[in-house]
Amino acid sequence: MSWIDVGAVTDIPLRGARVVKTPAGCVALFRTETAEVFATSNTCAHKGGPLSEGIVHGRHVTCPLHNWVWSLETGEAQGADDGRIATYPTRIEGGRILIDGAAIGKRTAA
Amino acid sequence: MMEKLVVIGAGMASGRLLEHLFEADPTAYDVTLFNAEPRGNYNRIMLSPVLSGEKSYAEIVTHDDAWYAQNNVTCRFGERVERIDRDRKMVVGAQGEVAYDKLVIATGSDPFIIPCDGHDLDGVIAYRDLDDTNRMIDTAPGQRAVVIGGGLLGLEAAAGLRMRGLDVTVLHLAGHLMERQLDPAAGYLLRADLERRGITVMTEASTKCIRGETCVEAVELQDGTVLPADLVVMAVGIRPAARLAKDNGLIVNKAIEVDAQMRTSDPDIFAVGECIEFAGQLFGLVAPLYDQAKVLAATLLGQDAVFAPKQLSTKLKVTGCDLFSAGDFAEGPGREDVVFRDPARGIYKRLVIEDDQLVGAVMYGDTADANWFFGLIKDGTDIAEMRETLIFGPAYQGGAAVDPLAAVAALPADAEICGCNGVCKGQIVAAIDGGATDLGAVRATTKASASCGTCTGLVEQVLAATLGDAFQMPAAQPVCGCTDLSHEDVRRLIKSQALKSQPAVWQELGWSTPNGCHICRPAVNFYLLADWPLEYQDDPQSRFVNERKHANIQKDGTFSVVPRMWGGITTADELRAIADAADKYDVPTVKVTGGQRIDLLGVKGEDLPAMWADLNAAGLVSGHAYSKGLRTVKTCVGTDHCRFGTQDSTGLGIRLEKRLWGSWTPHKVKLAVSGCPRNCAEATCKDVGIVCVESGFEIGVGGAAGMDVKEVEPLVKVATEDEAVEWTVAFVQLYREHAKYLDRPYKWLSKVGLDWVQQTLTDAAERKALVDRFDLSQTIYQTDPWAELAVREKARAFAPIADLTLEAAE
Repeated sequence: MSWIDVGAVTDIPLRGARVVKTPAGCVALFRTETAEVFATSNTCAHKGGPLSEGIVHGRHVTCPLHNWVWSLETGEAQGADDGRIATYPTRIEGGRILIDGAAIGKRTAA
Repeated sequence: MMEKLVVIGAGMASGRLLEHLFEADPTAYDVTLFNAEPRGNYNRIMLSPVLSGEKSYAEIVTHDDAWYAQNNVTCRFGERVERIDRDRKMVVGAQGEVAYDKLVIATGSDPFIIPCDGHDLDGVIAYRDLDDTNRMIDTAPGQRAVVIGGGLLGLEAAAGLRMRGLDVTVLHLAGHLMERQLDPAAGYLLRADLERRGITVMTEASTKCIRGETCVEAVELQDGTVLPADLVVMAVGIRPAARLAKDNGLIVNKAIEVDAQMRTSDPDIFAVGECIEFAGQLFGLVAPLYDQAKVLAATLLGQDAVFAPKQLSTKLKVTGCDLFSAGDFAEGPGREDVVFRDPARGIYKRLVIEDDQLVGAVMYGDTADANWFFGLIKDGTDIAEMRETLIFGPAYQGGAAVDPLAAVAALPADAEICGCNGVCKGQIVAAIDGGATDLGAVRATTKASASCGTCTGLVEQVLAATLGDAFQMPAAQPVCGCTDLSHEDVRRLIKSQALKSQPAVWQELGWSTPNGCHICRPAVNFYLLADWPLEYQDDPQSRFVNERKHANIQKDGTFSVVPRMWGGITTADELRAIADAADKYDVPTVKVTGGQRIDLLGVKGEDLPAMWADLNAAGLVSGHAYSKGLRTVKTCVGTDHCRFGTQDSTGLGIRLEKRLWGSWTPHKVKLAVSGCPRNCAEATCKDVGIVCVESGFEIGVGGAAGMDVKEVEPLVKVATEDEAVEWTVAFVQLYREHAKYLDRPYKWLSKVGLDWVQQTLTDAAERKALVDRFDLSQTIYQTDPWAELAVREKARAFAPIADLTLEAAE
């Protein structure tokens, strides 16, 4: 794995999200109540809503367009809905967020 | 060959008769129906909810044109019957004759008008039909109404008029209200309740005359008191309308005499309803009328049926006044009283016992067990065994569980559930067994709860007791899956337990999730910031994206930007700045909104802060077009330019918008101010709509023009602009403090009732306190979010945290 530093954990609000532009498309970085960080596709598999704009609760996010709820851990739709979004490995080191470069389509490590 | 049936009078009794007749044998009679009122049959006992605005006329129509057409009824509405030619068997109407084989007189009753001086002035009305009701509805809020008569009908009229914002006085001849149904103690509680609603009650008040030139101006009492009045409603009683029968030689005593088959002294003429007398008894309540209709239908079809009057009970249809009386509660030798009082809760119950039987019951404030007591009276049950605990109701007899369902389950099959329609528990159970598994279906099959509706809860309990788990009792909905509590519970507990943070709410109220979900978080965030403006800090992460980004998200993930235009007024400079911003940020669509401002659609999220900074520089601020908060105050040009304008509607609109902007509310709030009753600003479908008139400002609330369309209800009329602002701010604050999140004002009003809101706001001290609390909250929240977010460190959050595509391209 090739880890790429994308920013400080504190750049994301608690129970909030930010976007990273990547060759694989926009990736949403989520920070939960307990300061874990997850990365998923920013695009809702339902109608393409921007998941980084959704409300983060527990280890879930709700899409702002039609309230589909996604698991940040598995990328699976919750409840009655069916679907899956891409998830990407992340690490936190010294307060910095690292994302797996290979997974997001970077050819070389930065 | 079908026989000819002529019915005179389209009221509740004859309507029910026709229903039974057509149901049993649609081919038996060819029916002609006369009605003096220019309309068909409607549910007259529901006029009070129409008056109070809780129902519309359309909702209380029993038989519409289609129903008459379907049953081939020849309708002669608006036509009076002049006489009956009994020899030729002809009914002579104003527009011609009709032959009959059988004739039914159902002329009902006429209101009794006190023949005092001035009783025929314009503005003196009875309370009997839709025309009377409409006359009351059309009387403007703030006008003075005097209701003569403190009986059932008079009080329903008074309460309805009060809800419509009139200044209401009730005059009653006896020493306490509803003296035929209530004893003095219950009458006192009722009076106190009405006075709390702002109704003035005068007992032992005898009307001397009504003063006025052509219109009513005042009512003068025997003791010399003069009460100014714009409307006088006489509700002192009714008289059977038996004149037609009498003039045509039928035997009439106090009313038309009939036998137990509803036959008059002429074997081909029958009578039902309030116009009849049976065994010396008159009838004014709907239940015996329906019984008569059933008997007469059978008689007309050649079947055997006998009318037997039953014990009656009374309930008052004034929202919020729970009152019940049944049987005989006069004091007398051999009679004993059992009385229960809880003055703090306004509860009074009195049972009258004679020879170990319950003969009368009066209840005020808590009528939940009324039907059980009524059953004991009707059945003459021996109550010696349970006398000690009798007054506590069925739940306390024989150690039975305190479960309303158990009480309903224990009722015998012949226990009456619906008094209006005379429906027993057994009939409802039979309907349920026949497949009627919800309230609507039970209503359709049995008519239970289909008239006044006060027994709806009981019918639901019968459903629950019969179907068991298969029936879902309509209960307060929990906020979401994170809690079992309803919105109302959460709001109440946040206040009563002084919960001032989201974690406190989750913890103390036992949330099942660690930090809520997208449904409860925005609601809880709002409740906290509304109740604790200083202590609680707004949490953007608990807001829907639009309120976090201060722009409306569009389906493609772009946003729309709407600058505020105070009262819909703008300038050339502002328009230029908007046009420049549209050019600079490649705005694809520029649209004029319904709220009198300009919407820039299709703005990229990361451009928002820079665009806001540009607009801010031109003096424009956020229009909150995205918020559950004050949206716009729509205005017309008022006295500035319009030749019809009566007040400075634009100025008032701008003043209100400047006062209210930035405040968060349970749902969006839209206002409008129209300069005259032509209402160009469409104020009457807004959450708060002000219509200016020469003499001041009419404030209406609870309008809507979205999924539901609703006209505002009059809150108050005030004389000055300052008062208009004060009332509006106080109303908005009351809504902020009490409504469920995502309930527009009209939905909230339908739950708490306009009268409660009026009662609260009429108290000057309370009004001021509300305004003070609103202003305190505004010291925190009345800030332009665009200016706050356009600063560099905040603006960064609108851009990607990192862009890894650039490096990849190198």
